[in-house]
Amino acid sequence: MNRRDFNQLIGMGAAGILLPSLPAFSRNVSPESFLESGVDVATKKRLADAALNAAKSKGATYTDVRIGRYLNQFVVTREDKVQNIVNTESYGVGVRVIADGCWGFAAVVDAKSEADTAKAAEKAVAIAKANARLMKEPVQLAPQKGYGEVSWKAPIKKNAFEVPIKEKVDLLMEVNASALKNGANYVNSVLFMVNEQKYFASTDGTYADQDIHRIWPTFTVTAIDPKTGKFETRNTLSSPMGMGYEYLQVNPSDKVTGITTRYNMGYDMLEDVTAAAKQARAKHSAKSVEAGKYDLVLDPSHLWLTIHESVGHPLELDRVLGYEANFAGTSFATLDKWQSKNFNYGSKQVNLIADKTQVGSLGAVGWDDEGVKTKQWDLVKDGTLVNYQAIRDQVHIIGEKESQGCCYADNWGSVQFQRMANVSLAAGKTPLSVQEMIKDVKKGIYIIGDGSFSIDQQRYNFQFGGQLFYEIKNGEIVGMLKDVAYQSNTQEFWNSCAQVCDEKDYRLGGSFFDGKGQPSQSSAVSHGSSTTRFNGVNVINTARKI
Amino acid sequence: MAILTEQEAKKIIDKVLGYAKSDETFVSLSGDRTGNIRYARNSVSTSGETSNLSLGVTAVFGKKSGTATINEFDDASLEKTVRRAEEIARLAPENPEYVPMLGPQTYLKTGTFSESTDKITPEFRAKATFDSLDPCRQKNLTAAGYMEDTTGFSAIGNSKGLFGYNRSTGVDFSITVRTADGTGSGYAARDVNDVSKLSTKAATEVAMQKALASSTARALEPGKYTVILEPTASVELLRNMMGSMDARNADEGRSFLSKKGGGTRLGEKLFDERVTIYSDPMNPELPLDPFGGGGGRFGGGGGDGRPQEKVTWIEKGVVKNMYYSRFWAEKKGVKGVPPPGGVIMEGGTQSLADLIKSTDKGILVTRLWYIRAVDPQTLLYTGLTRDGTFYIENGQIKFPVKNFRFNESPVIMLNNLEALGKPVRAGGQLIPPMKIRDFTFTSLSDAV
Repeated sequence: MNRRDFNQLIGMGAAGILLPSLPAFSRNVSPESFLESGVDVATKKRLADAALNAAKSKGATYTDVRIGRYLNQFVVTREDKVQNIVNTESYGVGVRVIADGCWGFAAVVDAKSEADTAKAAEKAVAIAKANARLMKEPVQLAPQKGYGEVSWKAPIKKNAFEVPIKEKVDLLMEVNASALKNGANYVNSVLFMVNEQKYFASTDGTYADQDIHRIWPTFTVTAIDPKTGKFETRNTLSSPMGMGYEYLQVNPSDKVTGITTRYNMGYDMLEDVTAAAKQARAKHSAKSVEAGKYDLVLDPSHLWLTIHESVGHPLELDRVLGYEANFAGTSFATLDKWQSKNFNYGSKQVNLIADKTQVGSLGAVGWDDEGVKTKQWDLVKDGTLVNYQAIRDQVHIIGEKESQGCCYADNWGSVQFQRMANVSLAAGKTPLSVQEMIKDVKKGIYIIGDGSFSIDQQRYNFQFGGQLFYEIKNGEIVGMLKDVAYQSNTQEFWNSCAQVCDEKDYRLGGSFFDGKGQPSQSSAVSHGSSTTRFNGVNVINTARKI
Repeated sequence: MAILTEQEAKKIIDKVLGYAKSDETFVSLSGDRTGNIRYARNSVSTSGETSNLSLGVTAVFGKKSGTATINEFDDASLEKTVRRAEEIARLAPENPEYVPMLGPQTYLKTGTFSESTDKITPEFRAKATFDSLDPCRQKNLTAAGYMEDTTGFSAIGNSKGLFGYNRSTGVDFSITVRTADGTGSGYAARDVNDVSKLSTKAATEVAMQKALASSTARALEPGKYTVILEPTASVELLRNMMGSMDARNADEGRSFLSKKGGGTRLGEKLFDERVTIYSDPMNPELPLDPFGGGGGRFGGGGGDGRPQEKVTWIEKGVVKNMYYSRFWAEKKGVKGVPPPGGVIMEGGTQSLADLIKSTDKGILVTRLWYIRAVDPQTLLYTGLTRDGTFYIENGQIKFPVKNFRFNESPVIMLNNLEALGKPVRAGGQLIPPMKIRDFTFTSLSDAV
């Protein structure tokens, strides 16, 4: 499911679509069925072995099998109404092979027998052989040791699918009521929960059974000023997380207080929506920004998206090589820049890390979708570009012997390919609080929450908005601003990074809907940072009259 | 099996309705076969073909509804699906905005289906790809492209006697050609119902010309420029604007069509008087599904069984219609048309070349990219030019220019109209090339 489908599904789409468009091949089920266990591990191994053997007998030199059960639940409301409750389940098997030096892939819905998976394997081999004549050179797959029968479970405390629907509806109704009481004219709120039950098997000898959970509580409040005919909105400051329902059972230590409360590993939806309603109302009387250069103080609830677009994407090796040229684009971070070992991606303060293991993150998993054990690695060290994100059929190009473990498919029916790991900005090493950072800013803007975002196809020029903007004058926050967007160039921006707050301020942001590939696939990814200062960034005023 | 005839589809739908015990029941049945081929770095990267046949049942008790879907079609499975939908409906909270289902409707016979697209084979895709790849290889250019074709049907029926059936086909093709040194890039995209109208070779030649002509681009200062937007450049801005014409949002005060002090801007002249935008399911260049509700490749309409008909949205610059959900139409006491599956913007007779010839100074834009809303109130969008941006002087293309970031609203843009050319199909719409004055570029990009 991509962002647009999701927007339509939850009724936030501009066209106001009435019926949901569901993820491919998924079916509506009763919520109780989520608690039924899927196919047991022994059966999955048998189904997988049948495919591995069938592919080998047809001439495959490598095979992997993914058996997936994907559960989604959405609870969608507006004001005092439940608009939609959607429960979907999708189960099937995808088989990928190398035969005659070429990849082939085939998938089968609701595979129940060894004959089903064997047939898919044979089809994958036939496709590989048919396409082999169009290949310029054979696939080079980095060797990978087998791990035997292993398992990984996201360390959640409360499975969101075990929480009764009524409890979720009651929460959203309370959230909506508070928004309306505190100045909002309209409120849309959604709880979105995902469980991926994935089984991976390959001819390398790995059989990995994994259980992944994600949750995203989100809302938009709208405040209208009938006198001016204008409307203002404020979106949630939550983050989609790789967590269970415990994300909504917040502890005081999960809250970051300040000009507005922000959240770490727990989210107080009621508190946030109450603040949001007041802030949406306050935006009507906020000062329209004067265009010019400002020092920006960017909260992690905002900076994650800038990291995602200007670091995560350009350092995907498939983009660098041109595989995404017709759709997502290529990258300015070309191989020669990496080879030079002195390309200044950012200032000395900038350390950017890729990580597929971070607890609570959306990208955390034990093994990736080609059987590679996940890890953490440096992308930019002390400001210098040192590495990319690459998978098994690419790593030889950057002289690595093994994959970094960031291969992913969004469904059993989609073919896996290189996807973004969690990419995060390391916290500053010197103790520094947000208050101390702001104290030194003479003319600046403090930005909280993500807003409009756009970047060119090689990831040079970008423009970002936000949810909340506060003007900083001579070390003090003096009031709210509106109509703010900043424009910069990736290398210039990261080189203007002056200070990063310490680890006490470190928080995750993220997206459920990172889109890539044709046909397009979505992946969920987190980006962590502490509040960070960037000097002298170009800010434009976005107010218009129509 | 994935594509059923009207009779086969009706038989299954009637059988499902026969099992139903709920107050109202709606059945949708659709099937398709979709094939794709993707290439990059002058080599095929992935290709595949999938087929799917699925049935959805919505059961309603009072104002509670539940939906269940399935892709197995024996009697026991069909009955089980009906029971499951009914069970979900009983557990669901009441939807105060539920509107009872429609009775029988009359649907237009539109031309969404093409035999030639229906007959596409993997060999056909391979040949179409070769026709695109080969000329690029010959000229030492690098091609990345994608073709996806679908043939399918969609059928709907309900317990009040409504029934509809439609077959449709569609093909999307896009190609990006880059020079070997990475200094030039060109793009072309085509979408058709009938694949015999598609030449991957001809489209690729356009992208090749643009790639070769766009290397060694010069930087111009950002600012306000007269631009000629090719349909592939303007399509998304127009689609976004049309996607913001929901009546409820306008009535609620959160739309560009909301009026100061309440009410909407329906009937107001918001655009240049040459702007007329309508939808027509019977247009042979842009046939639309006769009803919404899944299956149809270029379908739309909300999936509630309302027929698609000819609707004028904007006439001579005046807002003539907004679209309604059935609930909102009933609440407001209006007929309430559904959103269209695609729109047609009227233009003139001039070709793109004519528009260029009549331009003293301006910029030709092939494609706009990464378009995102900045302000929903004014429909301000930002994004960038890409894959072929050229400076025009004295009626001629003089040199390629570096890409720009723009911040512009389609509402402002359609007020700053200089000239319109002959409409062509792009991205599921029929749109003329447009010459626009004072288009706002706010910064430069180094991207090629």
